[in-house]
Amino acid sequence: MKTNYVNIGKRLPRVDGIVKVTGEAKYAGDLSLPGMLHGMILRSPYPHARIISIDTAKAEALPGVRAVITGKDTIGFKAGGIAAEGDEPYLALDKVCFIGDEVAAVAAVDEETAESALELIDVRYEILPAALDPVAAMADGSPLVHENTPGNLSFETNLSFGDIEKGFAGCDYVREDEFSTAAIRHGFLEPHAALANWDSSGKLTFWGSKQSPYFTYRNMGKALGITPSRVRFIQSYLGGGFGGKNEMFSVDFCAALLSKKAGRPVKVVASQEEVLYAYRQRHPALIRLKTGFMKDGTLVAMEAKIVADGGAYKGIGAMSLYLMCTFLDFPYRVPNLRVQGRRVHTNTQTSCAMRGHGVPQVRFAAEVQLDMAAEELGLDPVEVRLKNAVRPGETTGHGFKITTCGLEECIREGKKIAERWRSEVRAAGVPKRRRGIGLASYGFICGPRLAGHNTCAAQIKVHEDGSIALVTGSSDCGQGSDTVLSQIAAEVLGVRLEDIRYGTLDSEITPVDPGVYGSRVTFMTGNAVILAAEDVLRQLAEVAAKALKTDVGNIVFRDRRVFVAGSPDRGMAFDKVVKAAQYSGTGKTILGSGYWAPDGIDPPDFKTGMGNISGGYSFGTQVAEVEVDEETGRVKVCRLAMIQDCGQSINEMLTEGQLEGSAIGGIGHTFTEVIIRKEGQTMNPSFLEYRMPTALDACEVESSRTDTIDAVGPFGAKESGEGIQVAIVPALVNAVHDAIGVWFKKIPITPDDIVDAVNGAGRSKGEQT
Amino acid sequence: MREITLRVNRQDFKVVVEDHWTLLDVLRNVIGYTGTKKGCDKGECGACTVIMEGRAVQSCLVLAVQARGKELTTIESLAQDGKLDPIQSAFHETGAIQCGFCTPGMVITSKALLSRNSNPSVEEIKRELSGNLCRCTGYVKIIEAVRKASGMAKETAERNGA
Repeated sequence: MKTNYVNIGKRLPRVDGIVKVTGEAKYAGDLSLPGMLHGMILRSPYPHARIISIDTAKAEALPGVRAVITGKDTIGFKAGGIAAEGDEPYLALDKVCFIGDEVAAVAAVDEETAESALELIDVRYEILPAALDPVAAMADGSPLVHENTPGNLSFETNLSFGDIEKGFAGCDYVREDEFSTAAIRHGFLEPHAALANWDSSGKLTFWGSKQSPYFTYRNMGKALGITPSRVRFIQSYLGGGFGGKNEMFSVDFCAALLSKKAGRPVKVVASQEEVLYAYRQRHPALIRLKTGFMKDGTLVAMEAKIVADGGAYKGIGAMSLYLMCTFLDFPYRVPNLRVQGRRVHTNTQTSCAMRGHGVPQVRFAAEVQLDMAAEELGLDPVEVRLKNAVRPGETTGHGFKITTCGLEECIREGKKIAERWRSEVRAAGVPKRRRGIGLASYGFICGPRLAGHNTCAAQIKVHEDGSIALVTGSSDCGQGSDTVLSQIAAEVLGVRLEDIRYGTLDSEITPVDPGVYGSRVTFMTGNAVILAAEDVLRQLAEVAAKALKTDVGNIVFRDRRVFVAGSPDRGMAFDKVVKAAQYSGTGKTILGSGYWAPDGIDPPDFKTGMGNISGGYSFGTQVAEVEVDEETGRVKVCRLAMIQDCGQSINEMLTEGQLEGSAIGGIGHTFTEVIIRKEGQTMNPSFLEYRMPTALDACEVESSRTDTIDAVGPFGAKESGEGIQVAIVPALVNAVHDAIGVWFKKIPITPDDIVDAVNGAGRSKGEQT
Repeated sequence: MREITLRVNRQDFKVVVEDHWTLLDVLRNVIGYTGTKKGCDKGECGACTVIMEGRAVQSCLVLAVQARGKELTTIESLAQDGKLDPIQSAFHETGAIQCGFCTPGMVITSKALLSRNSNPSVEEIKRELSGNLCRCTGYVKIIEAVRKASGMAKETAERNGA
């Protein structure tokens, strides 16, 4: 049931659109301060080496150089998602663990001088044997990335419920397959950038390109040995994140420490090449998956062994592995499950969250295997999905409590679209190339509970012209949250989106926030905004009730007016009430605040994977149509459809934008994107060689939403835009199978893979590759 | 170092540059036009696109000295008197903007295209924009915005009797 709103559910342009389209929006790398120096970072050329000595004398003597720092200038802090287990220094302390690991940094009057100075730093290394393959890294005798981490075992999750042996024993059909996914990158265009100014009072003012600024606020304090309140983090516009800008990085730390040492503001901007070989990536994963069905398609048991390549450091990898394990079966009902997840260190780039965070890897495996099983069982894979889909009110084996759930509706609608497309393809006659249609579904979280601080908050100040200053602790990395939160505030306050002035995140003023990850902002910060707006309404209603000579309970706020319920004529303009509050009697300043987190949510148990980690779950189905050229192996994605249960969509235009970005990105993940490494060296650290989709790959995208209104989310909203990333890859892989009859169990599927499969053994030998 | 004059957005700028400095760096660091973005600095992402003599060029691949005497247009000049260019309006209203980092380059490339061809086909738009990467939008709404702007440009031309 949809309600008539003024601001919610509309196609409204984003609040930051005009300054972005004119180029006026300032990103961290655009900023400068008087006297500012430029910083650059020296990186390890070896995947694994002990540092014997670093001689910086020549670099320091170069005219124009103002500061040089190495690990010796730090207090030895090591960062990690689980603070007590931190293993990642921002500048190497005694050894380097991958090609690109940070060794030293320089601040100079310009970038060219800084670059010249880097060449004058003399580092002597003792080269150590490197662990480069995650499976080999687990074996006895493998080089250890960290001496205190036997077997290179970074994290492990062992999730189990039901009775797995009994489950498989009772199945009509069991199959086992090994799937693999490649290392891929976030692909934001704005490189990591930081500007820091350390002043003599011992305070650091910092501007950075961070999607979760309060990660940096806390870690910066720890790494510099100051309390976080001495760190003033001011957000600039953010040029994309996708999970790759959550954590604090060396660019951030080096800008700050160089500024402290040089006594001048310092800006460090990573080159795109550095971003691509020295920062984060999505966990590549090997997934051995065994699934048992009854002959009617009922899912009975799932067992998996997952090896995720974590790269050099822990980062937030415990969460990544946890999500890979807990989402193995989701969004289906599986009574018996056992997953053994291993995150393994190698001497390569560190892996972290990336849109979908761990879930796309395992669900690629499970959604493709479901289609394989359906084929063997002679069942319609869509019906198998419908049969096993989780339903509202259910609790999954690992404890997810499903509240609202439109999954069944999504799958049914997906089926209709697939059937319509099939008839259109048939009507068009015999195509020159083979066409295929595939489908897959997903379920996702609306903000995971983390072990630490979980609450989102908002503050509202009402201007005397009736406009609203809204700030929260969340940041907009392009997804449109500033707009969505502004729409929510406007709806509650009975004003218009254009009346909201969304303010800049500034840790000195704005409320602390867990961060922008796990699709939490609309769901959680949105609820905080509602509470802050209601706080404002309470204060204004008292003033209005007095002026209108009625009870507070009779006051209604609608369309920039405040009036007595049932008598719209007995009222006044919104701004008049604000003025009345400010100027009557002793005067009132209208300030509202609110904070929110869902009740009864469990912190994730990284060891067992059990618990209910989110206050809501979103669902959806993706349909894909492809055309495969068997001669060249090229796949053209003809069209995509996404049906989504995101609850109430707050802004239809932004929701569509999220879906389209996810969908077209998924084309890259399926067919072209892979980080190529030789001996730990990234061979394709450029956009030319790492092939992300371009405008030529964009295709027609149909999107629609189910009529689901969530009971907990703000105005009934849930997650939108991250979950759909989960289903796109398996939908495309299933479509390729539909076209040429070959199953692919690794992504990306390259043109060579397709040609080999078509020409070679692939099709005759069980049609698998 | 040498002093050169760059003509940017119908204004002359006397700037002192090294021979190897790129037009992108001079626009951003010397003139202060940071609307032109530095994404990859090697001609692969298109975020630094400007118009030089009517053609869209990646300013990271042009030396500042090569741009002497050339008519340059950057994103800063598109909105006039507080009014967005029709292409900018179309991007804003169509939802073609997300993080915004590719946006100035996308708008400039589209501007060059529509100046040359006021009614391009979808295929022509895609081809023209294929040198400008965007990770957020999947290009769908950007293509829609350029189509919308081409319609608007046509209407304006018709209104003006062109």
